Amino acid sequence: MLNRIYSGFTLRDKILNLDFVLLLSILALGIISIFAQYSSSSGNFDFHAKNHTIRFGVFFILFLIVSFTPINFWHSTSFFVYFIFLLLLILVKYFGISSQGSQRWINLFVINLQPSELMKIGIILFLAKYYHRVSSADVNRLRFLIYPIVALLCPFFIVLTQPDLGTSLLILASGVVVTWLAGVKLKFFAYLSAGFVVLAPIAIAFLKPYQKARILTFLNPEKDPLGAGYQIIQSKIAIGSGGIFGKGFLNGSQSYLNFLPEKHTDFIFTLFSEEFGFIGSILIVFLYFLITFRIVQIGTITRSIFGRLYCYGFSTAFFIYVTVNMCMVLGLLPIVGAPLPIMSYGGSSMLAIMFGLGIVMSCRIFKDKPFS
Amino acid sequence: MLSFNSSNIVSKSRVIGRRMFILSVIKSAVLLGIFGRLVSLQITESRKYKTLSDKNRFREWRLAPPRGIIKDFFGKEIASNKKIYQLHITPENTKNIELLFFKLKNILNITSERINILKRKIAKQKPWEPIVVSSNLSWTEFSKVNLYLHELQGAEPIVSVARVYNDYSSPHILGYVSKVSVKDLKRKKYLREMNIPGISVGKTGLEAKLDEEIIGDVGFLRYEVNAYGKRIRQIATNKGIQGKEFTTTLDNEVQSFTANLIKDVSGTVCVMDIFNGDIVSMVSSPAFNPNSFIHGISQKEWDGLLGNRDKPMINKAISGLYPPGSTIKTIVALSALENDIWNPDTRITCKGYIDFYDQKYHCWKKKGHGNINLRTAIKKSCDVYFYEVARKLGVDRLAKTAEKFGLGQNVLVDFPEEKNGVVPNTKWKLNTIGKNWYIGETLHTGIGQGYFLTTPLQLCLMTAQLANGGYKLKPRLIISDDQKINLKDFTFGKGRNVMKPLFRNQENINFVKEAMFASSNEPGGTSYGSRLKEKKFMFAGKTGSSQIKRFTQDQREAEVKQKDLDFLSRDHALFIAFAPYENPKYAISVLIEHGGSGSSAAAPIAKKVIKKVIERDKLRNERKNLSTFKET
Repeated sequence: MLNRIYSGFTLRDKILNLDFVLLLSILALGIISIFAQYSSSSGNFDFHAKNHTIRFGVFFILFLIVSFTPINFWHSTSFFVYFIFLLLLILVKYFGISSQGSQRWINLFVINLQPSELMKIGIILFLAKYYHRVSSADVNRLRFLIYPIVALLCPFFIVLTQPDLGTSLLILASGVVVTWLAGVKLKFFAYLSAGFVVLAPIAIAFLKPYQKARILTFLNPEKDPLGAGYQIIQSKIAIGSGGIFGKGFLNGSQSYLNFLPEKHTDFIFTLFSEEFGFIGSILIVFLYFLITFRIVQIGTITRSIFGRLYCYGFSTAFFIYVTVNMCMVLGLLPIVGAPLPIMSYGGSSMLAIMFGLGIVMSCRIFKDKPFS
Repeated sequence: MLSFNSSNIVSKSRVIGRRMFILSVIKSAVLLGIFGRLVSLQITESRKYKTLSDKNRFREWRLAPPRGIIKDFFGKEIASNKKIYQLHITPENTKNIELLFFKLKNILNITSERINILKRKIAKQKPWEPIVVSSNLSWTEFSKVNLYLHELQGAEPIVSVARVYNDYSSPHILGYVSKVSVKDLKRKKYLREMNIPGISVGKTGLEAKLDEEIIGDVGFLRYEVNAYGKRIRQIATNKGIQGKEFTTTLDNEVQSFTANLIKDVSGTVCVMDIFNGDIVSMVSSPAFNPNSFIHGISQKEWDGLLGNRDKPMINKAISGLYPPGSTIKTIVALSALENDIWNPDTRITCKGYIDFYDQKYHCWKKKGHGNINLRTAIKKSCDVYFYEVARKLGVDRLAKTAEKFGLGQNVLVDFPEEKNGVVPNTKWKLNTIGKNWYIGETLHTGIGQGYFLTTPLQLCLMTAQLANGGYKLKPRLIISDDQKINLKDFTFGKGRNVMKPLFRNQENINFVKEAMFASSNEPGGTSYGSRLKEKKFMFAGKTGSSQIKRFTQDQREAEVKQKDLDFLSRDHALFIAFAPYENPKYAISVLIEHGGSGSSAAAPIAKKVIKKVIERDKLRNERKNLSTFKET
């Protein structure tokens, strides 16, 4: 396994092979996010802003390390990585830290890790490797569907019972996307969905009251403006009041005066939109689009099926994370608690995304390297 | 199981590529959706959300504007505003509220009970909402607080403006202000619209009547607040607009003089300008201190006012109803003459009583007045003579004349406390009591007793309208911008402000006036003892007493005097007059509750007030001709 770290590439080769458009887009988003965090702390370089900057710095270095590690290594360790993440998820179940009624974190002394975030990447890695090995003839055989289904549903249910509806759905979506991309026929997904529909009433019985309230709130946010609908309404007010040019940096009254909930994490886009208006929002949307687009391009030029599946899968998952968060703060989806990649405050999310992007970049650098 | 041949890879790649293309199409659609939403929120509907954001952001604290000033005829402020010193506490700014209260207790006079009330209030509200510890500090207390301010973290000395009444001579007319009540809010739309908690509103008198105009326009303090309602910074202030200023017809000098004169008795004095109906003075006694109500009256003081036998809260001039007594004889005589049913030379012999349908009707003078004519009957206030006049006149004709001269109806416009009294007639009795009129009741009505009820101000108006030669007046208390009638405009037959005559033959009015002169200035007249000899002060008046209880036969025979009765059974003393006789200018009515006879209790007071009013007549005329009262 370890011998695969050696690729025969010099550092210069590796650097020349970097996708600079992707790299610069990530850097740009990272820097913007630091300003946004600074603004969310009412213009103080305090706890949140400082932590976010350090994390972005550390994880950007991690991103480079992952990038410069040959793709063969990541390919061969995929299952191992998945199982490590799964183990962490199980550990959380028993040794995790509780906060606000859910148990999602595990104390690793350096950071409080949220393994469910890592699992978003782990599942893509696992499935990409699995379908890299399964021949196209076998893809739609029932026997070959068992592993992916188990590999997908295990983390899904564990995260669901944490409880963390948002992340569990994102894990499910990432897995489903890769499976479908690999060629699994739509009818299997239909069967699976049908099964879920049948089981849904039972699942609803297990939902926490606050989760039920969130879904009802989404359907009619104005019904309870001071309760659960408050977040959506205030977020829409903040974004809408930004207008075309925004209220200016550090002048977002909605966030500055605390009308905006969770402004460091889920609603960081709202904060930015309020201060920089339509122009700023479009800039962010464009950067995310560019990142997704570049990842797909990298996938297309990668020779290996693993690399291609991973890139396509990750780009789609990344796109889903971004759009779910944006639709949420724009009032198009219920508040499910999905962070905006890179921008949102949160170590685990940032770690997972930078790790995932690192593998993409590794695909780019070692695109022509044949798998043995 | 594993195959790495190239055809497999190619076929796999084809599937993956095709499916990725489909995904890309879906992604583009989603991106377009997000773009569309951003356009709609930030461009199309931006204005709506900006408004909503400002609504979130700003909060206004409404400020009570200063009330309008009320002035007397000479421009002296009788209801004004003064700076008051208050102490507020913002609990959030104190580290130790117990310690703060302890320190304040040493500096100011705050009772432990008050502190407990404040603590309960603090517990109920948000920590950043200020609370009023003391709404009216003395200057000494305020200076002390400022001196120790560095030790009193969280305490804020505040300078504010509140109503103040400079003397206590006119509390009944001016009324008083106090904190707005739920009842006020229910009744008055403008108070709901102003929406200032604890604003001072007029409760009685002019303060209540003029409240909407005098209260002013709301000011505000606009703050930026955060999501929890905490003030972040002040954005704008507007002190509001002071309420409208009002000038009254009152002469504060006369008010004070009269109030002092009758401060020990329960009664009222009204003085009116007989040409334009200006109420020069209207004093009710005993008075109350209107300043007590501004910051909330103590229960003890309030109980004292309500429990007082002499009812200090009542404006006796307009809310007190009394039988007019013998003062009505002026109107009875006039009515009889106007209706041509009586010749003034008709003589009647008064032997102290008359028998009428087996019942005795007494004259106040037990021995009787002998053989007298109408003039002497008025001069000496003979009851027997007027029994005869009233019997011949009939109550309905009498009532008609009385109403013409303003009895039985409101004198002022929209004065909530004013009562209109009763001018009895046959129809009135049938409608209200449901019984037929007895002729005996006509006799009682003829000397102003029985069902007859009047306010002292009505009697004053009646006198004024006799004194000016029988012309109808529109009395006023407020000189409004559109009705500045002054002496020069007043004409009896032509010109702009034509006064409506109330007589058929002015000779009859003059007869009554002359008889009143006799009553005051000829020996034997009922108020001869109180006359003013100097020509410019000489007045003509008529005494009266309104009965509380009718004398029993035993009392009559025992010759019981009024002063021998227990206080509450004594008659009310009345006196009406106009002055100066030669060239009348003012009319006056005096009522002293349980004062006994009009000649002994009411006339001497009238004498002093008349002197004072006439002494000030020159000043008043000068004021009338000032340019500030421009001619309409």
